Amino acid sequence: MGKHRLLLAGALTCALAGVVAVSSAGGAHKQRGVSGKISIIAKWTGDEQTAFEAVLGPFKTANPGVDISYQGAGDNTPQIVATAIAGGNPPDIATMPQPGTMADFAKKGSLKSIAFAKADIAKHYTSFWVQLGTVNGKLYGLFFKGSQKSTVWYNVKQFKNAGVKPPSTWPQFLKVAKTIRASGEKAYSIGGADGWTLTDLFENIYLRSAGAAKYNLLSKHKIKWTDASVKTALKLMAQVVGDTGNIPGGKSGALQTDFNTSVSNVFSNSPKAAMVIEGDFVPGVVASSNPLKAITGYNVFDFPSINGSKPTSVGGGDIVTLLKDTPAGRALIKYLATPQAATIWAKRGGYSSPNKDVKPSAYKDPLQRKAAAGLVKAAVFDMSDLQPASFGATAGQGEWKLFQDFVNNPKNVNGITAQLEAAAAKAYKK
Amino acid sequence: MPGRWRGPAVALGFLLPALVFLGVWIVYPAIRTIIRSFYDRDGTKFIWIDNYKSIFSTPTITTAIKNNAIWVLVVPAMVTAIGLVFAVLTERVSWRLAFRTVVFMPMAVSLFAAGVIWRIMDQQDPTRGALNAGLQVVHDEFSPPGNLQGASPSETTLTGSAKTGFVLKTPLKPGGVALLGLTGIAPEAVPKGAQQAAAPTPSSNQIGGVVWRDFKPGGGTPGKVESGELGLPGVSVSLKDANGNGAGSATSGPNGAFNFDGVKPGDYHVEIGAANFRAPFAGVSWLGTKLITPSLIIAYIWVWAGFAMVVIAAGLAAIPRDTLEAARTDGATEMQVFRRVTVPLLAPVLTVVFITMLINVLKVFDIVLAVAPGSSQASANVIALAMWRTAFGGVNDFGVGSAIAVFLFVLVLPILLLNVRRFKREA
Repeated sequence: MGKHRLLLAGALTCALAGVVAVSSAGGAHKQRGVSGKISIIAKWTGDEQTAFEAVLGPFKTANPGVDISYQGAGDNTPQIVATAIAGGNPPDIATMPQPGTMADFAKKGSLKSIAFAKADIAKHYTSFWVQLGTVNGKLYGLFFKGSQKSTVWYNVKQFKNAGVKPPSTWPQFLKVAKTIRASGEKAYSIGGADGWTLTDLFENIYLRSAGAAKYNLLSKHKIKWTDASVKTALKLMAQVVGDTGNIPGGKSGALQTDFNTSVSNVFSNSPKAAMVIEGDFVPGVVASSNPLKAITGYNVFDFPSINGSKPTSVGGGDIVTLLKDTPAGRALIKYLATPQAATIWAKRGGYSSPNKDVKPSAYKDPLQRKAAAGLVKAAVFDMSDLQPASFGATAGQGEWKLFQDFVNNPKNVNGITAQLEAAAAKAYKK
Repeated sequence: MPGRWRGPAVALGFLLPALVFLGVWIVYPAIRTIIRSFYDRDGTKFIWIDNYKSIFSTPTITTAIKNNAIWVLVVPAMVTAIGLVFAVLTERVSWRLAFRTVVFMPMAVSLFAAGVIWRIMDQQDPTRGALNAGLQVVHDEFSPPGNLQGASPSETTLTGSAKTGFVLKTPLKPGGVALLGLTGIAPEAVPKGAQQAAAPTPSSNQIGGVVWRDFKPGGGTPGKVESGELGLPGVSVSLKDANGNGAGSATSGPNGAFNFDGVKPGDYHVEIGAANFRAPFAGVSWLGTKLITPSLIIAYIWVWAGFAMVVIAAGLAAIPRDTLEAARTDGATEMQVFRRVTVPLLAPVLTVVFITMLINVLKVFDIVLAVAPGSSQASANVIALAMWRTAFGGVNDFGVGSAIAVFLFVLVLPILLLNVRRFKREA
């Protein structure tokens, strides 16, 4: 980048700062609260953007001197934020999709610590969520929107036809699937065209069969993917994905069905399968086209316990981070940590808050309420989100591809674990 | 302004806007990309050609290069050939405008939208994908699916498979009853008019039996005819003697019951024929890892054939008629006229089409992204997609991404130079 351009940018910034300083000096005496400009780049678009703007409403009312500009950037948020930083114009606040990405940004020095809000966050969140937002001992991230990934959604009519009840243990779960098959239906809808649905299934099985301690070690690559515990979990996973007679379209059906179709396969009046194993966001995917009603048409149960494992769940979520340390930015972070802010979105639906002080009554949908309760108590975070993205979150390579290969050949436990280990070793070395 | 500077200054004045645009959007990014390709992931450390080395050591990228080679070998030649055939064949028919409009139509659709269309057409489930729906009609004509498709025995007393049919393991003597319980039949799949299953009471020269849906909510007791379980009417069953020879056949009634009459003493086996279990057409896995690249190529040709046809047809119209007439007068057959006169005269046009397609195919990207589902994208990978994935699609390694971009540029460059030289020659 040329020196002249930097100079020009610098001059412009000074001029702008001057304007802002003048204007805020004029109004500051009359107004309560903070003032200034806040630019936000976040993942939420469409309905989610409307909901988040509603969340900002009370903050704007309390701080009329603040001017907020919002940009919804969807799944490309990290790329857009990175470009904005490289261009010397970072937003004040941005969301990060994964702790791994947040850590990358924090280590490059792009994020500002939000330690000033630590007391507020610690008051409303369990230490699990505080720890997840921490990099090298400093707090950077606030989990404003969460997702609970340990749920199984099912079609009530098909369960009734097969005469089965939601299972609570793994053997019961397999037996339910077998009974559904005997009734002439398919049990599992697998959205394996999207690799992340498969990693989520694996993570749930691994958490229950190996325990949270090992889970956390594996997510940091402190134990190898060739570990016996991984093989055990894969063998359990093969009992589901290898039961190809019980999946619509069999093996290739499992691999070519994307996540959205895997949901509509179950949420339908003429369903193709009885169960879809994914997080609390499942009904949201078919929100506008769902012919079924909650509880009477579709329902949810917790991912079954394996070998007597205690109730536990895998959590995920969008992280709010601060890139410019301004009084207005600080105030907004503090506001977003309050249960009041989260309650606004909870009331609108399609949202689970990791904030433990959001009252269950805030969720109008009883199933959402149940999922949110699980989220507050989440024991581990989505493993593939904690890993380097090239291993845990890229289509066509790393975990996503190798789990798809595993669905293609569920007997090949040793081969897959060796390949997973090789890919992980390469990704962590970088 | 001194006189001798006026000319160049005016020229510069006119060129400046274009130069600025080209500089900002072409020259600067190109140079920046080349520089970036020598730096590491963070853009801070100069690592010389390590990024280029990793292109050839990363399996997903080498697959992309191999696939691109297939594209280059197949697509330009096919598109040119198909365009030529369409253009020549439709040249003298009255409805050529209609035909050409239809063939050209895909060009009006964006490549990504075309990809979405093919993604749906290529679905494996015949109820979703048009291609497999067509194949299903043909398949079912020759091998109609059985009325018990997907069913399996409820107990191990029935042995065999859906391909061979199921046989009751224990032999029966006259007066015996065969219980043929089946599961895996959806309630909707039970034929209309089915009644509560009931086993018959055969006389001493009969062998009887019942074939029924051995399932009630919760599973029921396998192998036992219970209330609420429906018989399966219209199932053809056969009787085999001890030597495996046919000794009778029967069809089950509304309650699933059947009887073989006039059975002589001896041991017999009851069998449900394989035809009952014949599976419906499962669909060709167009989007699976094996067929994905051919499927993509078909979609791509579908889009571009119209372009080739229109360009070649324009060239065809410009061929002097008298040359063709002269050849015909000299006694050349139509085939000879086509091969010896038309094609050589069209050569410049064919080259343009071929080279344009060559460049397009090297850069092919959007159709792969749109058609290939996530699980086969690694198998369908092409260089441009590998570049995008590496730089933006999760890996976020701008170093290697830039290196792939430069690699692609180097591949396209000789063809571009060739094209520019041809333009110069023609001008």
